[in-house]
Amino acid sequence: MKKAGILMILGSLLLLALFKFPLWNIILGAPQYPEPLGMDIYLDGIKGVNEFDIQNIDGLNHYIGMKTIPKPADMWEFNVFPTVIGIMVALGVLVGLLGFFGKVSYWWFIGWFGLMSVLGIMGMYDFNAWMTDYGTNLDPHAIMKLSNPDGTPMSYKPPLFGHEKMLNFDVDSYPHIGAYFMFVGMMITALAFFIGKKEWNKRPQKNVEKILEV
Amino acid sequence: MKIYYSSVLALFSAVIFLTSCGNNNGKSSGGALNSSNAEKVYVAPGEQDEFYAFMSGGYSGNLTVYGLPSGRMFKEIPVFSQFPTSGYGYSEETKPMLETSHGFIPWDDSHHPDISQTNGELDGRWIFINGNNTPRIARISLTTFETVEIIEVPNSAGNHSSSFITENTEYVVAGTRFSVPIPQRDMPIKDYKGNFKGALSFISVDPESGHMDIKFQLMMPGFDYDLSHPGRDKSHGWFFFTTYNTEEANSLLEVNASQNDKDFIAAVNWKKIEEYVNNGGGTKMPANYAHNLYDEDTHMGTTTMKKEVLTVDPLKVPGAVFFLPTPKSPHGCDVDPTGEYIIGNGKLSADLTVHSFTKMIDAIENKKFDGEAYGIPILKFEDVLAGTVKSGGLGPLHTEFDGKGNAYTTFFISSEVVKWKLGSWEVIDRKPTFYSVGHLMIPGGNSRKPFGKYVVALNKITKDRYLPTGPEMEHSAQLYDISGEKMELIYDFPTHGEPHYAAGIPASILAPKSQKIYRLDENKHPYAVLSPDQARVERKGNEVHIYMSTIRSHFTPDNIEGVKVGDKVYFHITNHEQDFDVPHGFAMIGQNSSELLVMPGQTKTSIWEPKQVGVWPFYCTDFCSALHQEMQGYVRVSPASSNIELSWSLGED
Repeated sequence: MKKAGILMILGSLLLLALFKFPLWNIILGAPQYPEPLGMDIYLDGIKGVNEFDIQNIDGLNHYIGMKTIPKPADMWEFNVFPTVIGIMVALGVLVGLLGFFGKVSYWWFIGWFGLMSVLGIMGMYDFNAWMTDYGTNLDPHAIMKLSNPDGTPMSYKPPLFGHEKMLNFDVDSYPHIGAYFMFVGMMITALAFFIGKKEWNKRPQKNVEKILEV
Repeated sequence: MKIYYSSVLALFSAVIFLTSCGNNNGKSSGGALNSSNAEKVYVAPGEQDEFYAFMSGGYSGNLTVYGLPSGRMFKEIPVFSQFPTSGYGYSEETKPMLETSHGFIPWDDSHHPDISQTNGELDGRWIFINGNNTPRIARISLTTFETVEIIEVPNSAGNHSSSFITENTEYVVAGTRFSVPIPQRDMPIKDYKGNFKGALSFISVDPESGHMDIKFQLMMPGFDYDLSHPGRDKSHGWFFFTTYNTEEANSLLEVNASQNDKDFIAAVNWKKIEEYVNNGGGTKMPANYAHNLYDEDTHMGTTTMKKEVLTVDPLKVPGAVFFLPTPKSPHGCDVDPTGEYIIGNGKLSADLTVHSFTKMIDAIENKKFDGEAYGIPILKFEDVLAGTVKSGGLGPLHTEFDGKGNAYTTFFISSEVVKWKLGSWEVIDRKPTFYSVGHLMIPGGNSRKPFGKYVVALNKITKDRYLPTGPEMEHSAQLYDISGEKMELIYDFPTHGEPHYAAGIPASILAPKSQKIYRLDENKHPYAVLSPDQARVERKGNEVHIYMSTIRSHFTPDNIEGVKVGDKVYFHITNHEQDFDVPHGFAMIGQNSSELLVMPGQTKTSIWEPKQVGVWPFYCTDFCSALHQEMQGYVRVSPASSNIELSWSLGED
């Protein structure tokens, strides 16, 4: 499984891009912000697209009673996520190496893919839960308390994916470079599974028995 | 698959059909509109102008910023005049900018802006402008569009042949219009002739910081030095000044200074004098003049009184100064982009006199002199004359160039702009102005590289051009399209104050480097508060210093007690915003001063001397946010004898 092993290693290594590039990006544009404000969400924290964007978003959010954008120390996620991704990359490379030398079967590849998918979904769920809390858990003494037409208090949860109009702001929330790298990396590991399967079936039979015995 | 392809093809052809339809429509309507002057000046909402135009404010003492071709005004930059709109000249930080040897002066008359150059081309770092009445030169930053330096010019009076810069911004030059006794002394006015002097000041500009310093003053005969321009390209190293009143009359000049058929253009080889000075030449004389510098980190201006100036006697530097006879009291002195032609706009005549730099050098080398004035050689008129423009107009004042071999001259008396050709001196076109035009301006029109698309005529008389506003009206400007052979009047707009000269520059050079905020983390103001928890109130005797911060939409602190009648209260306001275009204002009831307008990251200080017991409010004057109306606070003022301690708070009950 030489080809598949290499793909598995390559795919997992692409996840390292998450340490350099943002995973997600939220842009807030409004009539008085022709140059929109923006947040880049990294594995280990949130940064403004422009230097003072976070300060300016916080400044605006205080009118509607939202909490300030969390600093890395304020959320356990920003410590745990980098560790999890680091472990997964190491694991992926290890599986790929073992696969390359024929020590483990292709099922390990899809196993890694499955685990990564579960972790990814959990991450997204957590992210969405944070945004829900951020957008709905508002200061009761907020300057502006707005309600929906049905009387329920207005929520300011940014969309997880896509565009939403929130008061005077157009909010656009989309994956960013880091996420694309992760997506491509994971697709490559899935490809490694299929290629590995082909390569495995072409192997001399006895080796297979040997490994199956193990 | 086949179906798929054919539908894609169909879609493509539909798109092509649609776009070609659109093109056809565009062409036909575009053709009809091309001749429309409205379209030429129409800058649609949300679009931006192609050029910045900086117009001097004249008796407003300031500098206004316009867009071309729209004629929209963007900003008034306070320079020599107090400006209550922003607090310039009222705030503690900016009061020093208006200090002079005569004390604090709240006003001046600003005339001739000139943008810094490198290799004779506009570089857009700074713009300089002269204060005419109490002689001063100001430097304005073109990243912040604020006045950052003002230097007083001693031994000068009526600082009019100023502030023109050499082609690498080596010097900003300031010549005196009124000659005066130097040093100033008590003497009979009628003894003017032979006793008064005219100082031409060469002020060096530091290439990095832009800081100005008077390098030397050339002590010329007591004529009136009216206007000037630097040589450029081949004539770089020379400076040319028009003169009038070579009669040296001291009364009823309108008659007595108009007797000589010819006055002079003084040609000054400043490189030669610079060398002389660098080798220890010149005489230091005692003087007293202010040098005011604004520091953009401390947000503070400081005044230094300088006590000495280096003077140069032109007779001590042979070959440095010559007179070129020029008919009829010349006003404007303009040099074409190649540096070859020096144009004397003889304001009492119909014709323009054009001198040749090459001929001038030749005449000097061959010593073709026609006498001298106070020891300064006069060149023979015929030997330096390049040509005469028989304009058919009357009262030529100023000339600008389009970089395509054409010159444009204003005629005050016949109220028109005349386009003529350099070299052949033929008149190509003439268009009326409304009315009595003074200067005119082509962006970069006094540099090696003009942007010859528009010319703005700056008129002295308005009369019926706009809706009447009583006896006093703004001046009028006209915009002409000069991209074709004939000039076309395309727009007419009022200007603020009395623009004399103006300077234009493509927006593409300035707009990208226009600063948006001041960085709070670079604020070195001694009374700044960099975070709201540093906000406090301190007493030093009867001075109360309030260290206050602002952010949408509150002051920190906003309740202050313990101030007493007779105290001198300093409000030091730091704007904590770091967002573009979010200033906060500050105004205190009963304050004998102006408001403050504090830009993001900036600190400004305002003084209030409460005279009455009570609880007095202050508020933000700039509509900063939806909660702007709530941006207010109170100061409790107790009797002088009270022993209430200072206290301050925000958001406490």
